[in-house]
Amino acid sequence: MNGLKIIINGIIKENPTFALLLGMCPTLATTTSASNGMAMGLCTMFVLMCSNMAISAIKNLVPDKVRIPVFIVVIAAFVSILQLVIKAYLPALDSSLGIFIPLIVVNCIILGRAEAFASKHNVSDSLFDGIGIGLGFTLALTLLGSLREILGAGSIFGLKLFSGDGMLLFILPPGAFIVLGYLIAIVNNIKEKKK
Amino acid sequence: MAKLESSIKNMVMSLTFVSLIASALLAGAYALTKEPIEKAKQDNTTNAIKEVLPDKDCQVGDIVEIKLDGYETPFIIHPATKNGELTGAAIETYCTEGYGGTLKVMVGMDNEGTISNYSILETSETPGLGAKAGEWFKAKGDIRGKNPGKINFTVKKDGGDIDAITASTITSRAFLKSVQCAFDAFKQYQNK
Repeated sequence: MNGLKIIINGIIKENPTFALLLGMCPTLATTTSASNGMAMGLCTMFVLMCSNMAISAIKNLVPDKVRIPVFIVVIAAFVSILQLVIKAYLPALDSSLGIFIPLIVVNCIILGRAEAFASKHNVSDSLFDGIGIGLGFTLALTLLGSLREILGAGSIFGLKLFSGDGMLLFILPPGAFIVLGYLIAIVNNIKEKKK
Repeated sequence: MAKLESSIKNMVMSLTFVSLIASALLAGAYALTKEPIEKAKQDNTTNAIKEVLPDKDCQVGDIVEIKLDGYETPFIIHPATKNGELTGAAIETYCTEGYGGTLKVMVGMDNEGTISNYSILETSETPGLGAKAGEWFKAKGDIRGKNPGKINFTVKKDGGDIDAITASTITSRAFLKSVQCAFDAFKQYQNK
């Protein structure tokens, strides 16, 4: 498989949010605004790329029976490093995403890709898979965050589109489910038509 | 290279090896980021003090810690003076009853206790809701120019005079409580 094909596969065919429905907790919780969603997506993408590469590099040194604990240690290490770096250089991002950065450790997309892809493929393919899935996740979260911000706060990336507060419901957790539901329905509809 | 088989020896070795490398990496990252993190926190505090003080060209004196009854952690007062006279203070205050835990706020007030400005230092409130506290109490529920000693400094739902953040009453209560604590601590400081 070539790199580009793997990346596109991650964005469209195996999009973590719209096709695999993985990592729903950060998807629903952090997409209250377009910039929060995008930041969360990029953080996840970074961890995914690093952990996919590291796991693929050590896959033959890890006996099958202890692979899950080993994967989790690798992922947790990268997430903690990311958290320290964000705290040091991007304190504003740290305060807006808060607890959801350390929670990337338990994001099932990352362990899922480690298990399903990185532990079976070589280092460069795994890196491409990390980029693809990461981009797919980032795009989905940015889209979801933008729609919720437009409907709920009347702005996008902090820029005011119309005056007033918008429909608060869309910023609240139920809004996340409603918007996500409609987006998945639209994506499925497009897929059906293509067949 | 063939995959290692799952014998006890291999499992223990591989887990130990991975854990060691991970902890070494973490220790390295911690050492590298320790200073910038301290600095970011420090900057945050100094900027907040400057932002909230009523009089911009005053000198910020040494911190004084004030303990209030019923609160374990002391409140930190940064007194502001001009020509040796006290003109107000920036008070680092907190409330542990936020929706997402502790809320830390820097509040500025003049000698009478009238609030000049505030800045949120640390919050774990819900993004998009309680996290709006940073702007809300400067806009719709404006507390600037108000004095917690003179008006009923609670949300309207509790019979007070301040507009609470829409759908975030708990955060609003915690925020107002922290400002009230700042006021009490400052009064106690002045009486000393």
